[in-house]
Amino acid sequence: MYQYDHYDQTMLDQRVTQYRDQTRRFLAGELTEEQFRPLRLMNGLYVQIHAPMLRVAIPYGLLSSRQVRKMADISRRYDKGYIHFTTRQNFQLNWPALETVPDILAELASVQMHAIQSSGNCIRNTTSDQLAGVCEGEIEDPRPWCEIIRQWSTFHPEFAYLPRKFKIAVIGNNEDRAATQLHDIGLHLVTNHEGEVGFEVLVGGGLGRTPILGQQIRPFLEKKDLLSYLEAILRVYNRLGRRDNKYKARIKITVREHGINHIRELVDAEWVQIRQQLELEEKEIERVKQYFTEPDYDVTASNDESYVQMQHEDALFARWVKQNVVDHKIAGYKIAYISLKSPQSPPGDVSAEQLDIISDLADEFSLGEIRSTHNQNLLLSDVKQGDMYALWLRLQAEGLATANMNTLTDIICCPGLDFCGLANARSIPLAKEINERFDDLDYLYDLGDIKIKMSGCMNGCAHQSVGHIGILGVDKKGEEWYQFTLGGSSEADASLGQRLGRAIPQDQVVDTVAKLLDVFKELRQQDEPFLATVRRVGVDPFKERVYADN
Amino acid sequence: MQIIKDQEIVDDNWLHLEDEAELIAGDFTVSLARWQAEHDTLNKHEAGLGLRLSGDDPLEEIVPDLFRFSLIVLRFPAFTDGRCYSFARLLRDRYGFKGEIRAQGDILHDQLFYMTQCGINSFEMANPNRLASAMSAFEDFSESYQATVLKPEPLYRRRP
Repeated sequence: MYQYDHYDQTMLDQRVTQYRDQTRRFLAGELTEEQFRPLRLMNGLYVQIHAPMLRVAIPYGLLSSRQVRKMADISRRYDKGYIHFTTRQNFQLNWPALETVPDILAELASVQMHAIQSSGNCIRNTTSDQLAGVCEGEIEDPRPWCEIIRQWSTFHPEFAYLPRKFKIAVIGNNEDRAATQLHDIGLHLVTNHEGEVGFEVLVGGGLGRTPILGQQIRPFLEKKDLLSYLEAILRVYNRLGRRDNKYKARIKITVREHGINHIRELVDAEWVQIRQQLELEEKEIERVKQYFTEPDYDVTASNDESYVQMQHEDALFARWVKQNVVDHKIAGYKIAYISLKSPQSPPGDVSAEQLDIISDLADEFSLGEIRSTHNQNLLLSDVKQGDMYALWLRLQAEGLATANMNTLTDIICCPGLDFCGLANARSIPLAKEINERFDDLDYLYDLGDIKIKMSGCMNGCAHQSVGHIGILGVDKKGEEWYQFTLGGSSEADASLGQRLGRAIPQDQVVDTVAKLLDVFKELRQQDEPFLATVRRVGVDPFKERVYADN
Repeated sequence: MQIIKDQEIVDDNWLHLEDEAELIAGDFTVSLARWQAEHDTLNKHEAGLGLRLSGDDPLEEIVPDLFRFSLIVLRFPAFTDGRCYSFARLLRDRYGFKGEIRAQGDILHDQLFYMTQCGINSFEMANPNRLASAMSAFEDFSESYQATVLKPEPLYRRRP
């Protein structure tokens, strides 16, 4: 993974010093609450219901074991001994004291981590495919491009006060595991007719109150033009984006109001002026790529026979492998997902002790690296199949071997009203209820891939509008109600979910999920996935059942 | 009144003329509306002439007139309104404006570094008592990744 040089580290250290002084001035009354707000936000610090919340970036999801140990250490010393992973490859501390945040940032900086631009109306952490560089069929590894974008977007002086937040995701594969169509800019590495690799550029996707899928603004962008083209889009948006209404300020609304063709013309006009100045040279591309070269894989790894054998001998192991292990591009290696969706803790939460164990396991079994995923889980990307049983035993012992990837209980969930100042309704207790009600794994496996996404308010942090089953918390005269949608997807076949009907009271949410599953089982053809059934039959049969009683 | 200019605290005697105010002999700035309406009269002004712009104004339309101004004032109605950062970049990088570019309005100490990188070289702070403490902001960072007005080559061209 990328290693900071003197330039990167100096800027990061200076940022910590700068923020320490900003915090000091705020506490001394030299900065008002309002003036301090954008400064703390650009360092990832929100003020929530109970306490501040610090969001720390995990650039494109990559972590070293050393970094994860530091995260565990920070959560013990400055928080309550656990952290929360988000859908955009960030992690959050839910209880830090505002006064100690500069110290936390200094600790993070010591392992090349930061909370820069993890919040606020600026360019956020660039996200990517969690299987980048290790999956089969990749056009090109997106990670070097993410790093190039990270550097370009970090402390960009012109784009720190945009109309609204701005999110970029990059993938190098036809399967979209990074929800790129729901980003302000989505970049797909593609091959053109001449066989050259470049980027397809999408713009104007986003979730929140007005979910919109991104549109193609450029079918093929040469790699050397990546930064000039991004800068052109950002400059057009910075000037044109609405600042009168924060709900209309995202670039998705700018694109909708002006039309993609007009936006493309404006971007192109800007781009031709800066294309040369910002051209990426081969030297820099190679410099960054050298941090992401393939490790020395053991060619004898595929000789192992224990992996298959142990699946025959141990049904629990076999079940976990089937659900949580995916193929690696190198024969003899596998990718192991660590579920953070156990019934014992809120989705995406992990304790300091578990983080330490995961770091040890990464060192022992997976080249010392850990990745965070869009679905709020973790993974070990380079495990020899012969080590898999030993790894599983250790995960099992620590409560980290929940075999529920991509099932109903692998729920994406926001912190909701339990923590968040914006939320209308709770989400974590409902996720727990769903997890408890549907605890029969064989039943879950039989249902196949189902993505429930549940947000506590319209801001949609858990991406409910693209859930196969989306659940949105709404406030009705002080009571928590939930609006269901069906048939959404954030992947390559992205679509927005359709509303099921009127909102449902909290005590009927889990029953409603059960009814939806009953209808699915009745209408499903063979092994048809839930999403396919919904797309085939529409929402009406589901609607009839759910609202049958009244 | 004191302002920060070229990273020093200096006395400033520019007058920002209201649209109805009578013209004076010394240095003054006018709004874009006044410049457009009284173009001929203002062109005869012998002392310094400046133009005040905000993010709503059509920057590209005044480019042919830029040579006439020794000061462009960029208005920040709220510190969260970042449009004029792009204006400053364009004035310097694209339109070659060599005169003074001044930020005025709701400007925070912590914005001076980025503003300077975008080509703004003077600052009328809302709270003149804090000018001295704001001076440290220019040293917040010793490097930047991007091509900026101060360092036209991005870091990726300068890295050894």
